[in-house]
Amino acid sequence: MNGQARASVLLRHAVGLHARPAVKLTKLAKRFACRIGFGLAAEGPWIDAKSIVKVMAAKAPKDSTLYFQAEGDDAAAAVAALVLLVERDFEDVD
Amino acid sequence: MNANVGIVIVSHSPDVARGTADMVRQMVGPEVPLAWCGGDPGGGLGTSVQGVLDAIERAWSEQGVAILVDLGGAETNSEMAIEMLPEDRRDRVVICNAPVVEGAVMAATEASAGSTLDEVRRTAEELKPA
Repeated sequence: MNGQARASVLLRHAVGLHARPAVKLTKLAKRFACRIGFGLAAEGPWIDAKSIVKVMAAKAPKDSTLYFQAEGDDAAAAVAALVLLVERDFEDVD
Repeated sequence: MNANVGIVIVSHSPDVARGTADMVRQMVGPEVPLAWCGGDPGGGLGTSVQGVLDAIERAWSEQGVAILVDLGGAETNSEMAIEMLPEDRRDRVVICNAPVVEGAVMAATEASAGSTLDEVRRTAEELKPA
């Protein structure tokens, strides 16, 4: 099976996707086996959501929309989890 | 037995080393073996081979240990410490060519996902000045 999933979510975190949220997003992405692209526009460009260096370098500002697209067995679960993390303002979900 | 690569932070300043370790703990979490060393016994700046060896022991993981260093002696003492390790451990300890604070957070984030020592080092070294 080769699932695909996409979603977008508004980033409300006070100062944008800075260090701690970027670490949390990357750590969560790495729990899934699928490939996960992360972008700041619906058409990309896409960066690897599992790369802490690239996610932090994206410097997504507050009120930007984050786009995720995933491909692989657990794509739907991965995208849902990432959207939830952003919606919950990066609260610990463990 | 911890499945994640360990991280060692070596700075001339114990405050920098401890503070960097605090950042790693708070940003990344408890799942990565972590140790730091720095300063001389008199309370001044410095690093020592024994200090690095002890830190490697505290952060030891069968998956290996990645070391982040600041300047000069931190690197040479870390290289000497690696040479003094038992042969079966020597190949599983690397020094990352990365800034100590940022590199430690990047390396630990990579390590927290169960990545290999080589992947951990590459992630730390991927970091470029903005």
